[in-house]
Amino acid sequence: MSVAIDGVLTLAQRYADKAQALAGMEREPDRKAELESIALVCRHVPAHAPATFWEALQYYWFVHLGVVTELNPWDAFNPGRLDQHLYPFYQSGLADRSLDEEKARELLECFWVKFSNQPAPPKVGVTAAESSTYTDFANINTGGLKPDGSDGVNPLTHIILDVIDEMKLVQPSSNIQLSRKNPDEFLKHACRVIRKGRGQPSVFNADTIVEELLRQGKSVEDARSGGTSGCVETGAFGKESYILTGYFNLPKVLEITLANGIDPRTGKKIGIESGDPALFKSFDDLLNAYRRQLKHFIEIKLKGNNVIERLYAEHMPVPFLSVLIDDCIEKGKDYNNGGARYNTNYIQGVGIGTISDSLAALKYHVFEHKSLALPEFLRILSRDFEGDEKTRLLLVNKSPKYGNDDEYADGLMQWVFEAFYDLVNGRKNTKGGVYRINLLPTTCHVYFGSMTGATPDGRKGGTPLSEGISPVQGADRKGPTAVLKSAGKMDHVRTGGTLLNQKFTPQLLESEKGIENLMHLVRSYFTLGGHHVQFNVINARTLREAQAHPDQHRDLIVRVAGYSDYFCDLGKSLQDEIIARTEHQGF
Amino acid sequence: MGLVFNIQRFSVHDGPGIRTTVFLKGCPLRCKWCHNPESISPDPELVLRTDRCIRCGDCYALCKNHAVKGVDGAFETLREVCIDCGECVEICNAEARGLAGKEMTTEEVLAEIEKDVVFYDRSGGGASFSGGEPLLQHEFLLSLLKGCRRRNIHTVVDTSGLTTTAILEEVSAYVDLFLFDLKTLDDTKHREFTGVSNVQILSNLRRLSDSKKQVIVRLPLIPGVNDTFEDIKRTGEFVAELGNIREIHLLPYHPTGTEKYVRLGKEYEMEGTIPPSADDLSLYVKELRQYVAGVSIGG
Repeated sequence: MSVAIDGVLTLAQRYADKAQALAGMEREPDRKAELESIALVCRHVPAHAPATFWEALQYYWFVHLGVVTELNPWDAFNPGRLDQHLYPFYQSGLADRSLDEEKARELLECFWVKFSNQPAPPKVGVTAAESSTYTDFANINTGGLKPDGSDGVNPLTHIILDVIDEMKLVQPSSNIQLSRKNPDEFLKHACRVIRKGRGQPSVFNADTIVEELLRQGKSVEDARSGGTSGCVETGAFGKESYILTGYFNLPKVLEITLANGIDPRTGKKIGIESGDPALFKSFDDLLNAYRRQLKHFIEIKLKGNNVIERLYAEHMPVPFLSVLIDDCIEKGKDYNNGGARYNTNYIQGVGIGTISDSLAALKYHVFEHKSLALPEFLRILSRDFEGDEKTRLLLVNKSPKYGNDDEYADGLMQWVFEAFYDLVNGRKNTKGGVYRINLLPTTCHVYFGSMTGATPDGRKGGTPLSEGISPVQGADRKGPTAVLKSAGKMDHVRTGGTLLNQKFTPQLLESEKGIENLMHLVRSYFTLGGHHVQFNVINARTLREAQAHPDQHRDLIVRVAGYSDYFCDLGKSLQDEIIARTEHQGF
Repeated sequence: MGLVFNIQRFSVHDGPGIRTTVFLKGCPLRCKWCHNPESISPDPELVLRTDRCIRCGDCYALCKNHAVKGVDGAFETLREVCIDCGECVEICNAEARGLAGKEMTTEEVLAEIEKDVVFYDRSGGGASFSGGEPLLQHEFLLSLLKGCRRRNIHTVVDTSGLTTTAILEEVSAYVDLFLFDLKTLDDTKHREFTGVSNVQILSNLRRLSDSKKQVIVRLPLIPGVNDTFEDIKRTGEFVAELGNIREIHLLPYHPTGTEKYVRLGKEYEMEGTIPPSADDLSLYVKELRQYVAGVSIGG
């Protein structure tokens, strides 16, 4: 630990020396003074506690560099509640006139540039296919609650929202933590930035997040100081190691169930023999088989995870991060070996829309209306609906679908959620903590889709699965309130994060009334207990045009899943999928 | 029971806040510009989306009346033979065939309305009843309005104003806000373009104003029908003279309903009409503001 700290201190001194040297050569007096200030700041932090707004930002940045250098920079490390941490420095700067609003804004914008210049390393192989992005998932939190439970919005919160607006950068990601205690003015400011269509900031329910953390046994102060990092992941900032341990393809398990343990893609038997589906007497028989198969794969996942976890614990210590995260020093244990106060592992369920609609189609057509016999249905799926568009359309258009506030399909979503939750939640990891679930895909729904054959909801083989907890692309036909109602039926409190995407065309938000309606949708969804919602404000025509003429649209930023990216940098199938996500008209 | 042709959630143009709009089928007017032609007839009607047809032929095989004819591997519906029974709609997986108009009970409609209460509460929204002319099914409408009142849900009725005085009085006790269409004060033109006289309509509007009901006048602005300054001025004067109406919404003509006529197999008489320009609209707004304080464009 001491060596790691010395390394970061040395790095800071070298910055100070360099700035000093540059100042010596500089003739232009303003720049010379600036370089001298930089040198002074870098001499003081992070060796000492920061005394000014500038030093506080620089302090964090050196720490950030230390962490990403140690971890090989794909870490989702972030400064926590930036507005609250910086506010005392902002106030004292204003009081002694060493700082004004403009200067604070400029320093924050420099800070944003630092994040922007620090991409994640390129990924290779399956990791590249699963998550094809250079984003490092640093996600700035604003607003929410103070540790004492009061409204956490302060004047700096608004300045940060302006900075997000002005900088137009993909990285850092940014979000607002919205509590019922926060004023509408805060949400309105955020909605005005969202309206610009760059997918930032995303919107989180601070009250649900506190509840999630409390349920996990965190103290109330730790819960209120927590927030979200990465895409949508809930954590107790500075006190918790919360690791995403892998995505889990929920619809694939159904595909294997319907083939009695065999993966139709390879012909290999990778599951258990959960029964010949032709012999299922009832829909419950099918659900039971699915649950047994799910258990089988979750057990494999946990076993594999534990091996990886021990590899990290024994061979990849992170002494610098262990300095920063409470209680590694007290426990005398590395962050990767259970040193943190809280140690949580997450398994991310992917494709809940697709699996819910698939189960709904089976229940409705095979077991209730008997419009399709299961063996015939399976043959149609195995041929990827080839020559049977009529049946595919039956499944697409005449089946209950999650996302329409319809109990039939939404009830099955809840069933899948419970099954997944029961099998994962509370299982022990090797660090004294437990496993929990969250429901977010990053971009993995595209990769998982490419590995999954035709599904009973009418989805063709190889195409993307549903994303996050959003309905299947195009399946939500009753507008945004119905989507929010359906998504609100999930018990978000028992997750560590869910991701809901909503897409609006820019004209829907043009007027002040449009902004207000957006605010009403957010507040209502959070009344229902939703964890997170993000808005893509774009029209499909623009996106198609961008796809055809990428050179003219290189600046186009879209929110992909838990982050924003340049549309033209995305793969074609992901582009197609974003275009297909339902456009809601009506503001 | 009533005949409903659409229930639109997240409706934000038919009254304050986020609303659910229930569209009741049937209308006594025949406005030539109507952008909801499926709302006019009081009976269910077949709607065809031929672009979606996959030529499976199931409708052809099913139709007992032989209203579907096979032509070169495609299928054509003979409107004059079709009785709009909707049986083919049930089996059309491609949703190329739809039926405008569904019999629903009061309880079924109220259950749909209740789904978005959380959004109404937050936004000051509620339920809106539009059409067609919702007052044409006044008993059904009344039961829906009473149901909303019991549930404390704010109600809007979007009306052409053409109904009997007795019906208007009975219903208005349960309406929180009327959106009242006013086409033109010129009765000759009114008869020509809507098929009915405006005398009863104007009398009903006066009655609502006198009884101090909340009313917003909606003025559809139709080129060649009511878009002269004389028209606008007369409407402004009339509304001002009523005394209790503070708001007018201008609804500029738009041709988005054109495709619906094709799908219903109906002729659209206003083909080629050009929507009013933004410049013209702002002039009309300016003119109307001389008479009424609240003038805005759109709902």
